[in-house]
Amino acid sequence: MKVSKFLAYFAAVVAVGAAAMPAGDAGAQDRIKVGFVYVGPVGDHGWTYRHDIGRQAIEEALGDRVETSFVESVKEGPDAERVIRQMAASGHDLVFTTSFGFMNPTVKVAKTFPKVMFEHATGYKRASNVSTYMARFYEGRYIAGVIAGKMTESNTIGYIGSFPIPEVVRGINSFVQGMHSVNPDGQVRVVWVNSWYDPGKEGDAAKALIDQGADIILQHTDSPAPLQVAEARGVFGVGQASDMVKFAPRAQLTAIVDNWDGYYVARAKAVLEGSWESGDTWGGLDSGMVEMVAYNEEAIPADVVELAKKTEAAIRSGELHPFTGPIVDQDGNERVAAGETLSDEELLKMDWYVKGVLDKLPN
Amino acid sequence: MSDFAWLVPTILTVVSASTPLLLAAMGELVVEKSGVLNLGVEGMMLVGAIAAFATGVSTGSWLLAILAGALGGLVMALLFGALTLSLLANQVATGLALTIFGVGLSALIGAGFVGVPFPGLPKLAIPGISDMPVLGPLLFAHDALVYFSLAAVAGVSWFLFRTKAGLVLRAVGENQEAGHSIGYPVIGIRYLAVMFGGAMGGLGGAYLSLAHTPMWVENMTAGRGWIALALVVFAAWKPGRALLGAYMFGGITILQLHAQGIGLEVPSQLLSMLPYLATILVLVLISKDSARVRLNAPACLGKVFHPAA
Repeated sequence: MKVSKFLAYFAAVVAVGAAAMPAGDAGAQDRIKVGFVYVGPVGDHGWTYRHDIGRQAIEEALGDRVETSFVESVKEGPDAERVIRQMAASGHDLVFTTSFGFMNPTVKVAKTFPKVMFEHATGYKRASNVSTYMARFYEGRYIAGVIAGKMTESNTIGYIGSFPIPEVVRGINSFVQGMHSVNPDGQVRVVWVNSWYDPGKEGDAAKALIDQGADIILQHTDSPAPLQVAEARGVFGVGQASDMVKFAPRAQLTAIVDNWDGYYVARAKAVLEGSWESGDTWGGLDSGMVEMVAYNEEAIPADVVELAKKTEAAIRSGELHPFTGPIVDQDGNERVAAGETLSDEELLKMDWYVKGVLDKLPN
Repeated sequence: MSDFAWLVPTILTVVSASTPLLLAAMGELVVEKSGVLNLGVEGMMLVGAIAAFATGVSTGSWLLAILAGALGGLVMALLFGALTLSLLANQVATGLALTIFGVGLSALIGAGFVGVPFPGLPKLAIPGISDMPVLGPLLFAHDALVYFSLAAVAGVSWFLFRTKAGLVLRAVGENQEAGHSIGYPVIGIRYLAVMFGGAMGGLGGAYLSLAHTPMWVENMTAGRGWIALALVVFAAWKPGRALLGAYMFGGITILQLHAQGIGLEVPSQLLSMLPYLATILVLVLISKDSARVRLNAPACLGKVFHPAA
């Protein structure tokens, strides 16, 4: 394991892809090769880290019947296609590509490798051998919004975004919905760093937001730097993708954790058994794909913890949906009528802000 | 809160964002002046960052941590020197390999240091003076590396243009054969320059992991080594302009984050481009006399030196 990990690492760094292996005998699947293409380093302690935990879960669950490899820190762009193609060409039966920007390269490579199954995270393009999967992170952000709404004193929340894509915009809106359910005066300032992973810049963005009065920092970027700045400046933050409490033992209120283990093991099994089919999976709190880690009871008042847990249970049971109307957008137009709920399709292409976001989306 | 209360912390953030670029750029400037092109700045910064962080956590001494950062970069630079100066490998390819190697090596060393807390570099405050409103925190309450980076600009400038050793270094960068023929140890001089560049790159990395965001995560330089390299060229190999470039880049990076937070209606992608655009534009404008720029560019930059005899 150690050696194979190191080799895979080497492959990642030199970007030559995994060592070529003769294509396995398709059909008789006694043993499969599963590959992962990551956008960040496995040591980011955020997004990619959690995907790699999922990869390890496959190895643990399927033992000798599976071999996994990964290439990390793959840039979204032309480089991605080369890496994915290399994965497919080197005898992998199942390839997970775990960033939105890998969507087009994944679909393109899938066309030329019909016997290889692909799984693309957070995208919307599918094919007979390309599935998509995603977690309803926005459910967790609603709960974070409830906590932040109760705890903010300046009524200003800082939100560090990566790229203005629907996934991130949806998270911001869901957060505001949660916040406004308990505190209608709360506002969100957004700073886009135009990167998924740049600890220095993420930290600088957090400093800028705190200087502008934010007393709670949310992030949709992958490094723990913003939380660490929150810790140092005496404000609060919410962990992204994985539990970041080590970086901010005082400041982390809670963390919205992705848990891909169950899905990854199930999909690898399906390929082994020959039952894999293209599909679209969007799991939330109820499926276990999204988890809220232990609420920081030192920082959050007991009644707010209670409320957060109640909200979590309500979302889990389906009783509460973060996007139930009435919802008014930032220009004052009613987007969702009272009693109605946004469909998944509308959620997937969300390109507008709810009221209370101090930012304009580029048209 | 007064309208300008945000100004002082903002400027401090600018200083903090600019210092790693400045340190690395000062080192590379000297390297290039000696006629060597080391594209491995990013790798040297990363190894410096983890060496400093690991030492800081293990010993608790920030001074040792800084020294370890410089040493980490220096060892990487020695590797580069051995390959390009002694074994005459291609400098561009070796520099790129050094970056790739540094990314991997630092991740390997750093695996056990992810998530370990470190208090960060102390501010060297002068009692009384540092408490002055506005000027106190702006001028007299930085950490050691910030002061060192500014001193390095003056030092490098003085060394290159006011000392005999600096003249010799530049001569070797301009015409290696001539330097060799009048008896200067071209390879030795270049080794020293490359080592200096490595130590400064290591310090730039150390500043990131000790002060800017006191922690270790993989690949935490996120491209700053490349920006430092570009700054040297756009600054036309002049230390003062590299200082200007580094602070402009850092300053506009931070200001655009503030502009976004305020809710300025400009696309964030455009704002993110600004530091690059503005820095390039200003440095190109002040070096618009192309003949003079060519005069500044070391004529033997990147050329392999193979002594005839």
